[in-house]
Amino acid sequence: MSVLLEVRDLARHYPVALSGGSRRLLHAVDGVSFSLPAGRTLGIVGESGCGKSTTAKLVLGLLPATCGTIRFEGEAVGAQRDRAWRALRRRMQMVHQDPLAALDRRLRVGEQVVEPLAIHALEANAAARREKALALFEAVGLRRDLFARYPHELSGGQRQRVVLARALVLNPGLLVCDEPISALDVSVAAQVINLLQDLQARFGTAYLFISHDLKVVRQIADEVAVMYLGKIVEQGLPEALFHAPAHPYTQALVSAVPTALRGTRERIILPGDPPNPVDRPAGCAFHPRCPRAVTRCREEEPALRPSADGRLTACHLVPASAVAAAA
Amino acid sequence: MTVLPSTLHSPVPSRAPDGSGPLLELRDYSVTFEGRDGPLPVVRGIDLSLAAGEALGIVGESGCGKSVTWLAALRLLGRGVATRGAVRLQGADLTRLSEREIARIRGGQIGLIFQDPTSSLNPVQRIGTQLSEVLALHRGLRGRAAQAEALRLLGRVGIADAPRRLRQYPHEFSGGMNQRVMIALALAGEPELLVADEPTTALDATIQAQILDLIRDIRAQTGMGLVLISHDLGVVADLCDRVAVMYAGRIVETAPTAELLSRPRHPYTRGLLAALPTLAGPRLRLTPIPGTVPSPEAMPQGCAFAPRCPIAAEACRSEVPALTYAGQDRRAACLRLAETAQPDAALPPPAASALAGAL
Repeated sequence: MSVLLEVRDLARHYPVALSGGSRRLLHAVDGVSFSLPAGRTLGIVGESGCGKSTTAKLVLGLLPATCGTIRFEGEAVGAQRDRAWRALRRRMQMVHQDPLAALDRRLRVGEQVVEPLAIHALEANAAARREKALALFEAVGLRRDLFARYPHELSGGQRQRVVLARALVLNPGLLVCDEPISALDVSVAAQVINLLQDLQARFGTAYLFISHDLKVVRQIADEVAVMYLGKIVEQGLPEALFHAPAHPYTQALVSAVPTALRGTRERIILPGDPPNPVDRPAGCAFHPRCPRAVTRCREEEPALRPSADGRLTACHLVPASAVAAAA
Repeated sequence: MTVLPSTLHSPVPSRAPDGSGPLLELRDYSVTFEGRDGPLPVVRGIDLSLAAGEALGIVGESGCGKSVTWLAALRLLGRGVATRGAVRLQGADLTRLSEREIARIRGGQIGLIFQDPTSSLNPVQRIGTQLSEVLALHRGLRGRAAQAEALRLLGRVGIADAPRRLRQYPHEFSGGMNQRVMIALALAGEPELLVADEPTTALDATIQAQILDLIRDIRAQTGMGLVLISHDLGVVADLCDRVAVMYAGRIVETAPTAELLSRPRHPYTRGLLAALPTLAGPRLRLTPIPGTVPSPEAMPQGCAFAPRCPIAAEACRSEVPALTYAGQDRRAACLRLAETAQPDAALPPPAASALAGAL
């Protein structure tokens, strides 16, 4: 499988002024590495402030990275808005949470799907661009007569379909989806999840799928990374991760999903809130909330390393695989 | 281990009336907004009753009227809203009370918490001031007695270091902590009923779990009734004895939680369950409900769900189904209930995972 996106040691720090005049570094993303094969889906889950959306912006070159590298189809992605960046952006698109905010309210939705083709001077002429846009309209399940409507005349689900059509009209290799269905109602969310799966099968687009909703990520992702305070703490196949989470934070996240008829599964209640990223605890950043923390966790930061079943875990309490231990 | 208590065995609070009659009852309750092009019916005739100490979940998608029902019932919607029908709290009709009387009930017998705790609190007042106000208004407590009670309430909702916290402002608290403060404010009036409108929707997953557990604890201790309004069936099923499913301004099905999840009878309830991704069980393609929720301006004739319903018949497009008994403790509003009693190929199967308790 060819690697489409390769991210190595990616970090983004922000200087912040604290009350009292001192300055500190906020580590929004702190040493994140992953790779995404063409046509596959990597899900990133975590709570607010864990750095999942910042990761998305870094990957797209919308924010400059403090350090680390991003390679897309073998080319380095920078945040310098030059010719190379614009050419890359044609192959990497984004879908946001709120489709109404992502669309121009004064422009007919059809024109908004045509616009990327015009910007990148694709297709021979206006008629061909319109034809291409209409084809995408049909691919995302929108009727042709909606082409001339304005965003406010469409429902939430239809708007998200327009956003998808606009992103896919350029035939991108990668679609970064940041909470793409969180604003949609249950019955419509299922339509959009199925649509995303169908579009991937048809166009071979890879998805970087960011969400706080474990159930949605499990439905759509081939691989899942769990982030906590700017770092990946566990990464692996969705079935392994959600059925038998290894990292205590993943365990708490999975047990926090509300269920009917509870009692078969004990819920792990984490004390307190996620810490402020400015005050990242020493050692393992999760140790102040971890029900299993030992002395070592307070002193030494665990590395993300493979465990016996092939998943990656950053926890001192999870035994490393024999191979990794020998290395 | 938590076992869902059945409706009949709900804890009854000591200060319940004589035990006869429901704590709260809505009778043929309707809410109509004044639209630009005429009246817009948003809630279209609801019958509901809640026993003392019962936890009732209200689920539905946006625009179904699940929040508006309760905001209107507590007379929080202001002008341009017409209501019809009765809202009875221990027999007294809230629609007939004076402004002064209803204000005593809000925050007194009925506590309220909302989705966004930070904007529900007064940003320029200390937490302690806000708690004292409620304690003075509803309990007549002042000075030392109020201070002691405020400390006790903050402790009750799991806020450590209460003396210092009382002097702080909402912006110094996290979202989860502010929701705890909101719950403390609601508890200050010693309510018999807590109406919680999407209380955990704005919170992170691990914080949501904390708040749900807190509400469960308080209910177990005080026997307070609960109306939990949510779009998330999982949240509702986690806390509630009974669930009412709303669609387009009406209740389409109500049943004890376990029964509703394992054997949904209304095609909309079945559709909702089949559309939900799950965390356990095999990963199957989702079965979405086709189409979208109708807007109040373009409400279909007959059953509002008929245009999206896989088993709609001719009659469904002209006749409004009444909420009728479809089992011992279950009611559903569907003309085709006879069909939904048997497994039917035309209907999405009730989510297998819900049966397994892994919704």
